Amino acid sequence: MAKVNIKIEGIPYQVDEGLTILEACKQCGYTIPTLCSFNHGECNLGSCRVCLVEATGARGLVASCVYPINEGMEITISSPKAVAARRASVELLLSNHNRNCQECAKNECCELLHVAHITGARENHFEGAKTETTLDELTPAIVRDTSKCVLCGRCVARCKNAHGIGVLGFENRGFKAIVAPAENRSFLNSPCIQCGQCVAVCPTGALMEKSEIEKIDAAMAAGKYVVVQTAPAVRAALGEEFGMPIGTPVTGKMAAALRRLGFKKVFDTDFAADLTIMEEATELLERVKTNGVLPMITSCSPGWINYCEYYYGDQVDHLSSCKSPHEMMGAILKSYYAEKVGVDPKDMFVVSIMPCTAKKFEEQRPQLVNKDGLRDVDAVLTTRELGRLIKRSGIEFTKLPDEDFDTDLVHDTTGAAHIFGVTGGVMEAALRTAYFVLEGKEYGPIEFHEVRGFEGIREAEFTLGGINIKVAVASAMKNAKVLMDQIREGKSPYTFIEIMGCPGGCINGGGQPYVRSVFLPNEDIDIYETYQQKRANALYSEDERAVLRQSHKNEQVQALYAEFLGEPNSHKAHELLHTTYSKDRVKFD
Amino acid sequence: MARLSETAEAQIISICERYKDEKTPLMMILSDIQKEYGYIPLEVQELVSEKTGISVAEIYGVVTFYSFFSLQPKGKYVIGCCLGTACYVKGAQQVIDKFSDILKIAPGQTTEDGLFTLDALRCLGACGIAPAVSINGKVYPKVSVDQVQGIIDSLKEGAK
Repeated sequence: MAKVNIKIEGIPYQVDEGLTILEACKQCGYTIPTLCSFNHGECNLGSCRVCLVEATGARGLVASCVYPINEGMEITISSPKAVAARRASVELLLSNHNRNCQECAKNECCELLHVAHITGARENHFEGAKTETTLDELTPAIVRDTSKCVLCGRCVARCKNAHGIGVLGFENRGFKAIVAPAENRSFLNSPCIQCGQCVAVCPTGALMEKSEIEKIDAAMAAGKYVVVQTAPAVRAALGEEFGMPIGTPVTGKMAAALRRLGFKKVFDTDFAADLTIMEEATELLERVKTNGVLPMITSCSPGWINYCEYYYGDQVDHLSSCKSPHEMMGAILKSYYAEKVGVDPKDMFVVSIMPCTAKKFEEQRPQLVNKDGLRDVDAVLTTRELGRLIKRSGIEFTKLPDEDFDTDLVHDTTGAAHIFGVTGGVMEAALRTAYFVLEGKEYGPIEFHEVRGFEGIREAEFTLGGINIKVAVASAMKNAKVLMDQIREGKSPYTFIEIMGCPGGCINGGGQPYVRSVFLPNEDIDIYETYQQKRANALYSEDERAVLRQSHKNEQVQALYAEFLGEPNSHKAHELLHTTYSKDRVKFD
Repeated sequence: MARLSETAEAQIISICERYKDEKTPLMMILSDIQKEYGYIPLEVQELVSEKTGISVAEIYGVVTFYSFFSLQPKGKYVIGCCLGTACYVKGAQQVIDKFSDILKIAPGQTTEDGLFTLDALRCLGACGIAPAVSINGKVYPKVSVDQVQGIIDSLKEGAK
């Protein structure tokens, strides 16, 4: 790539051509404060005006996130004029901001607070009218509080770029401008899939998950038998909440922390992931044998399920009827497990720790209530909320010993389950078992690298036991749309499709720790490109270390079938482990 | 949500078709719909979204950004009072307040009988005749507070 010569604070540097001032400065070791620029131009509106610098050839101060460098440019970050302008920009943003920082759950990693410190913004420097605000707490998943919005547009860009649906947009003009779903509706009455990608990029507390920590406090106080389960992707990222490098697997410390938080039992959702594979693989083979609806599509991701119901309601028959793993786990805990250990299911309170905000929405689906009126799962915490809960309890996470999950009845897991947390993982787990069922022997190399990776859509073809199986894997809804349009037009060549809502799968879920280079001084400059792979590697390494790596080898799952469920897809399995979907969800009701 | 009539649906689809080769067709589509129907409700925006692939939130953003577009049906007579700089210093605020008092509606609203909509406009480009009022495209020059009642009465007369 061609290079250009620039000077920053009088010091000469050579940088790649075509960069913005902000990017060029970053390459040379200068971080210019900014709120609206994110992830290398994923969102660059130049709207926050916090990144103002002086540059030769420009008239006045320029927004460094959108201004391109050119040969010979001299950039000044620290001139009195630039310093004063950046401070004024932040003070103006603060003047229209709800400054209840001490009670805002974002304050530990709030970028506005950070730039206020960096620029030396003075409190109440500009006093004046405030824009009328909206607090939307109607969905169980996401809270939108416009009193904290800085109109940076990151959420608008992420929703559009990842999913193509653009639920959020700017509306009204001037002082009345807000970011909202159309008509300033609640996320509940808009076709929002509750994935939380908007939450993942919001620099302030304007978009947050709806916390359920109080529900758990109440259940514990009421003396309920409170048990907890954790999704695979949580262990790949929880350490980040405590300053550990991205990609550090913390399974053992997480189990230890949960035990110290007072949960009666600490379980691994991976047990149910293995169970999901048994059910889903059986369902797939049944559909293939009986000319059922194909391609069959995975149903683990509640963001994806929301998308399918809203935008492809006519195609929900393609969804596997399997509940998602944590809901299966809840159903088994409140039936088989409760009976075995002699706990009344009514006294049991199941908490799921998930990398996901949509799981909070899923938890409340009317379809996920058992015949006694009990919910499979009673509360869902995101990875971030678990981090908060651990900090509140004074547990020094990094100093904890590595412990195991509770070992009774629903403990065994396999490597196949660990990789459920990354795009392609459910497909790979299913293939490992499908190979065994159809070929009558284990697949020698174990791993199916064909379905790994982070490209939006990946496909592969296998002949197993004489049956030709063509599969596709997609994450982020703009990619799912391509596959769904093929299905709608009757042109889908696939037998089985895995779809996850968030780009990259659960490891990049809307409930995962925030990745903000400004708060990660020890990560490399390319962290936005590498963090998903690092988290994925944490799961793949757990898989490699596992003694058992195929779901059908999970002995406790086999015992569950032998003692309780009968066989996969049995009547009882259907009653407990399968669900239904809505064909006619209204987008704006 | 209310459903569109088949005729309306067909017409909106044909408006969208009109601009299908444009790179950025949204403003033109919305402009034609506004002219045809006098307003652009959410169900129409949904249909435009379906036809163009532009999200409803984005369309809603455009509709609420430009004062020319309206989310509510407008009255038979749309009274636009210019509040641009020249009109403002010549007393346009008092004029619009007088319309507001007599019609008992705030700017942006429509009377219950559907006869009048009152709008505050940015500059009409008629500063030489400030304060200017535009009613259904006809411009009234140098409007004084005293003339307001008369204007309303003559419009009411004309509506009979």
